[in-house]
Formats: sequence, C-alpha cells, structure tokens
Amino acid sequence: MGLNRRTLLHAALLLIALAVPLTGNIYYTRFATQIAIYGMAALSVDLLLGFAGLVTFGQAAFFGVGAYAAGMLSVAGWTDAFIVWPAAVAVTMVCALVIGALALRTAGFQFIMVTLAFAQMIYYIGQSLRDYGGDNGFALPGRNHLDGLLTLRNHVTFYYVVLALLVLVLVVALRLVHSQFGMVIRGGRDNERRLAAIGFPPYRYKLVAFVIAGGIAGLAGALMANHASFVSPAIMSWQMSGELLAMVILGSPGTLIGPIFGAAIYLLFEQILSDYTEHWMLYFGPLLVVRVLFIREGLWGFLVRAFGAQEAPQAPPDLAGDAIPAASGSEGGGGR
Amino acid sequence: MTWSLLIEQSFNGLQLGLMLFLMAVGVTLVFGIMRVINLAHGSMFMIGGYALVATFAATRSYWLAVPLALVAVLIVAAILEILVLRPLYKRELLDQVLATFGLTLFFNELVVVIWGRIPLNLTIPAFLDGHVEIFPGIAYPVYRLAITAVAVVVGVMLFWLITRTRLGALIRAGSDKREIVEALGVNIGLLYTLIFGLGAALAGLAGMMTGPLLSIESGMGDPILILTLVVIVIGGVGSVRGALVGGLLVGLFDTFSRVLIPQFFGVGAGSALVGMAVYVLMAIVLVFSRTGLFAAHRG
Repeated sequence: MGLNRRTLLHAALLLIALAVPLTGNIYYTRFATQIAIYGMAALSVDLLLGFAGLVTFGQAAFFGVGAYAAGMLSVAGWTDAFIVWPAAVAVTMVCALVIGALALRTAGFQFIMVTLAFAQMIYYIGQSLRDYGGDNGFALPGRNHLDGLLTLRNHVTFYYVVLALLVLVLVVALRLVHSQFGMVIRGGRDNERRLAAIGFPPYRYKLVAFVIAGGIAGLAGALMANHASFVSPAIMSWQMSGELLAMVILGSPGTLIGPIFGAAIYLLFEQILSDYTEHWMLYFGPLLVVRVLFIREGLWGFLVRAFGAQEAPQAPPDLAGDAIPAASGSEGGGGR
Repeated sequence: MTWSLLIEQSFNGLQLGLMLFLMAVGVTLVFGIMRVINLAHGSMFMIGGYALVATFAATRSYWLAVPLALVAVLIVAAILEILVLRPLYKRELLDQVLATFGLTLFFNELVVVIWGRIPLNLTIPAFLDGHVEIFPGIAYPVYRLAITAVAVVVGVMLFWLITRTRLGALIRAGSDKREIVEALGVNIGLLYTLIFGLGAALAGLAGMMTGPLLSIESGMGDPILILTLVVIVIGGVGSVRGALVGGLLVGLFDTFSRVLIPQFFGVGAGSALVGMAVYVLMAIVLVFSRTGLFAAHRG
C-alpha cells in the first residue's frame, strides 16, 4: 500500500508539472522549465552525494561545460539538438573523467576542496574565453531544434521536451541505483574496505558514478544554454555548486526525486523573497544554517511521510552524512 | 626575462604566498583540531577589509584603525564560533559545508546592505607610499614591502606560539588526539574559540593588508578562499608548516605563471592557461601524494 501511495504522489506531481503550460502564462512555463533544468543538475549531485557518499562542491563546472559546449556548437552553426546535446554530454563526461580520476584519489574534506578547486579552474577558463564574451558570456543565435521533428522555439514545446528528458534521466538514474552497480556504489559509501575485500574496486566504481553524474549535469547545462539562449561563466561559479548542494539538501538526499523537489522549493523561494527584497541572500543564508542545524530531514522526506508513503527504512534521509566516517573520525567519543 | 623583473616578481610571489599562508592557517587549524570545514573563512578576509574601512573612517589613523578592526573581526568570529560552529563540531562534513556556505552568502549580502554594491577603496598610508630601491636600479613599492615584513613577523610569532608556548602545545596536542586533551581536563570549548578567533584574526589581517591593493567589495574573499583551499590540499590538511610551504609554492607559482605563460603562449591561449596553472600544480601534487606535502595526522 505504501508503494501505491508513493506512485500516487509521483503521478500527482507529474500531472502538476504537465499542467503548468495550461495556465496560459508563458512566465510560469519558463519558470517551470528552469525548475526542471536545475532539478536535473541537482539530481546529478544527489547521485554522488546520496548514493556514492561523495560530497562534491564542483558540480557547477559540469553544468557549465555542458552549457558552453552547447553554446559554442550553436555559435559554430550546429543547430541540430540530436548532435549538439549528445556532444555536450560527451565533452562533459570527458572532463568529469579527468577531474574525477584526480579528485577521487582523495576523500572527505580534501575531496570537497579538490572538486571546488577544479570547478574554479574551469570557471577561470570560461572567464578567459575572450571570443566568447569572457566574463560577460555570450548569446546563442537561437535554440537548437530536434531535426526533422520539432523546432524548440516555442516555450511550451521546449518545456515538454525538457520535462520528458528529466523524467527519462530520473527513470534511468532510479534503475541505475537499484542495479548491481548501484548496490556496489552504496556499498562503497558504507564501507569501502569491505567492498574491496569482496572484489569490487571502489575507485573504479566511484569514477564511473562521477562520470555519469557529470554527463547528467552536462545535459542539464546544454538545456540551460537553450533555455536562456545565453551562457556566461556565472553558471559555473562556486555559488552555483553550493546552490545545487543546497537544493539536494532542501529536498532529501538519496532519493533522486527529492532534489528535483528541492530545486522547485529553492527557486520558488528565491522568486518570492526577491519580490520583497533585493537582498534575499541575507535571509537565505541564515535559513540554510537553520536547516542544517535544526531540521534533520529534507522536505521531500517530510512530504512523503505526511502523505503516508514512507519507503522501507533502507534509505534514511540523512544517509549522506554517514558516508564519511573517516573524515569525521573522532566524532562520537562520548558526547559532550 | 630580466633580472629586475625576476626580483620584482619574486617579491610579489612571496607576498601573495605569505597572504595565502595567513589565510590557510585558520582553515587548516580549524579542520585539524575541530574537524570543521569552514568555507566562511573567505568572509573573515572580507570583513577585515570592511572593518578597516569603517575604523579608518572613524579614527583617520591606521595606528588606531588596524587594532580596532582586528578586535571587530575577533568579535564577529567569537559570535560565529559560539552560535554556529559549536553545534557543527559533531556533525558530518556535508552539514558543515552547507552551514558555512550559508554564512558566506549572508556576509556577502550583509556588506552590500551596509556599504552598498560600489567597491570601496582603502588608501595606502602616507608613510608607506612611494617606492624604494631594493637593489640597484630596481624600485619596489614600500607598501608591498611593509606588508611582506608584517606577514613574516606574524608568521614567526605564530611558529613561536605553536612550538614554544602552552597554548601551542595544546593546539598541537589537540590536532593529534583531541580526546586525550579533553580527558586531561583542558577547557576545550575555550581552546576552540581561541583557535577559531586566531584563524579569523589572521584572515582579517590578510584582508586589511591586501585591501589597499584590491578594492573592498562583496565577495572579495571568495577567490582567496579557493586559492587557500588549493594551498591546503598541496600543503597537507592540518599542518601549519604545510600551510607555509603550500602558500609560498602557490604564491610564487601563480605570480610567475602570470608573467611567463603569456610570453610563451601569447595572450589568447595564455590567459586560459594562466587560470589553470595553480590547479595543474595541485593536480601534480595529488598524483604523487594523496595527502599533500605535509600531512599532519592520519585520519
């Protein structure tokens, strides 16, 4: 019965998402598109955070590489989305392979810093591309189109394409984490040594997860470039990486759907607060602190519980944290 | 490359390296001892700059303004440590990252609310204005020389503090085995506040000294924080010696790559490579040692 209620909850949310353009207000449709794109990027963070136990502070780099790749290809005259988007994903995955291969040599505290540092490196490279507007970024000549099928110039059409891709990514990611690969990844999060002892090399599995997550972020980036018809280094700033993490935490890590929900809440929040004050970060920052200090469960977990659609306790909402016992080694120890 | 350029850039690199060292000490000690990753450390750098602007406007004297600004940074740091950092000591890394990231957002916006978006300027004190001939025919700004000297003095004092005093012994002991220090009856809460305050004051001092060379603006600490993290990855987490060596390495490497790379690769491709240089250095260090050059402790 729990499963049925869950299915119902998912169906209801999907229906709401599908119904947004029916409002007839193009502003809402564009806003929902933005949510879906950020949701995809946040999902990629959750794949690493919630399942592989890797706290990455550099996912914005891959978001940005995807956007830059799509943007540059469009400027160069490639407009077919069937070519541009997979190319953007491929470029991002190559970047993720190189960065992941180095960053995954470290763990915990150092992993956070290394991912942050490499993301910043990509950011500076973006800034130094003078032919592409440097710090100011550059505009795309227009949206890509699905050759022979659809032009994406219409905001509603584009929204449905983005939504379809998001659902596709979500389904694939859910299958992935429940596959053997997913079990190995989660095993590595819980105890790397035991995993190695039964014959799975943790490093290789983590690297594959890192590359897949990078590819998803790259796809989200390519969609973002199309959505805004504009790309600038701001998309890969360290604040963006932090915001993606915040979205995952606002939803619930380790659920894959939660982060999409978190992205929606985050962006709505930003929108509403910025109607009242230009200094919305002044309030959002402390709220983030409060969420961390006092609310241990994400909003998605809360919603699921309120809806009576709890999961079997195999995935507690706070599992991301347990992933890093080595780094917080001396915790416990007898309390205060 | 001429001798004069080489010497001038060496001084610049040394100065950047020492500033990064002052920044890195705070992050590395706070992680080494309290096991907290503090992304809000860049805010301390920024708050140092803004505090100096405010205290200088009030006193019109740097001799008064700098100590007052340092006190201001210390007060902010103590409040932060007690309100936010303490509950984080027993939390996992993810919580720490998010909470301190939230603090950075808050401080970046707070200075905009108080001082506005327009970057402010600190003037170089009159008695430190101008150039001096450091070698025959090579003039170097007095101010840069002065802050390098201050950083060296502060660094020496810091090493004296850590290797020769009781507080230093506690810091070293805490970074090795903090449970034992606690068990020996040391007031660990006070020690933590002191260490956090010390780190924040050093970051604030770096912000004040760099202030006249940059402009004081919201987010000015963020790029420095990221370079600081690179320094710590290279130097090794938790090690003050690592912070010094890492800082100097990164400072010199960054300075010289800015001069040399455009000469060899041209301005276009060069500027992308310049941005990458220190990260490539970090990657090379990581290939050879996962824990950096001076890993302070296992675990």
